[in-house]
Amino acid sequence: MTEIAKKRPVFRNINALKDLPTYRLPVAGWVSILHRVSGAVMFLLLPVIIWLFDTSVSSEISFSRFSSVFQIGVGLIPAWLVKLVVLGLIWSYLHHLCAGVRHLYMDTHHAVDKTFGHQSAVVTLVLSLGLTVILGAKLFGLY
Amino acid sequence: MSVNFGSKRIVVGAHYGLRDWLAQRVTAAIMALFTLLLLAQVILTKGDIGYDKWAGIFSSQWMKAITFTVILSLAYHAWVGMRDIWMDYVQPVGIRLVLQIFTLVWLIACMGWAIQVLWRL
Repeated sequence: MTEIAKKRPVFRNINALKDLPTYRLPVAGWVSILHRVSGAVMFLLLPVIIWLFDTSVSSEISFSRFSSVFQIGVGLIPAWLVKLVVLGLIWSYLHHLCAGVRHLYMDTHHAVDKTFGHQSAVVTLVLSLGLTVILGAKLFGLY
Repeated sequence: MSVNFGSKRIVVGAHYGLRDWLAQRVTAAIMALFTLLLLAQVILTKGDIGYDKWAGIFSSQWMKAITFTVILSLAYHAWVGMRDIWMDYVQPVGIRLVLQIFTLVWLIACMGWAIQVLWRL
């Protein structure tokens, strides 16, 4: 370790168990942490995503297996759980995309203020959750 | 301060993370554009989408090339993002290294699978 690194003071004034549950995060903060959470979820479920791609695109037979997973499930996993996982992926993708576009927009527009940060965060949440509800309703066969 | 090499090297400073920062944004833009492209093809397809039409979207050579680029972009993007998460939340260097290696292996394995699926179409 360098001398500078040794001397650097460490402040740990946030306790995950004591402070986080009562900490009121601003909307932009929620968008930020959910951006991470959704990214990590998609990273961990990457094999599921590729499996869905594989079965849906490889052959007629695999496509019918792909469809049956949403109707009767796969192995010990019931269809509703498959749909729930896919719904989680849909939300993750939409949130990550909306928050990401917001990020790129803020990167290219240097004059970002508090109002814009708040408003764009609200738009991100409304848009991603709204689209998730619409696509989720379709997924669960509500229309 | 005079010694700045070996174990005394100062490893913080300007530009160290610029390449990854930029790569993360460029790959994000590529994936966002791909989403629009795929969405457009699904929407412009007439009638119900069965196996033929769905697989047909990915069967053309240009779509394969673009999808291939997106698979690589996704891996790079996810690597930068996951590395950020490990660096922020995991302090012990040993555990962090193990998690970073896991991330790389996971991403490379997934990439191989996705490319295999894509190119046997």
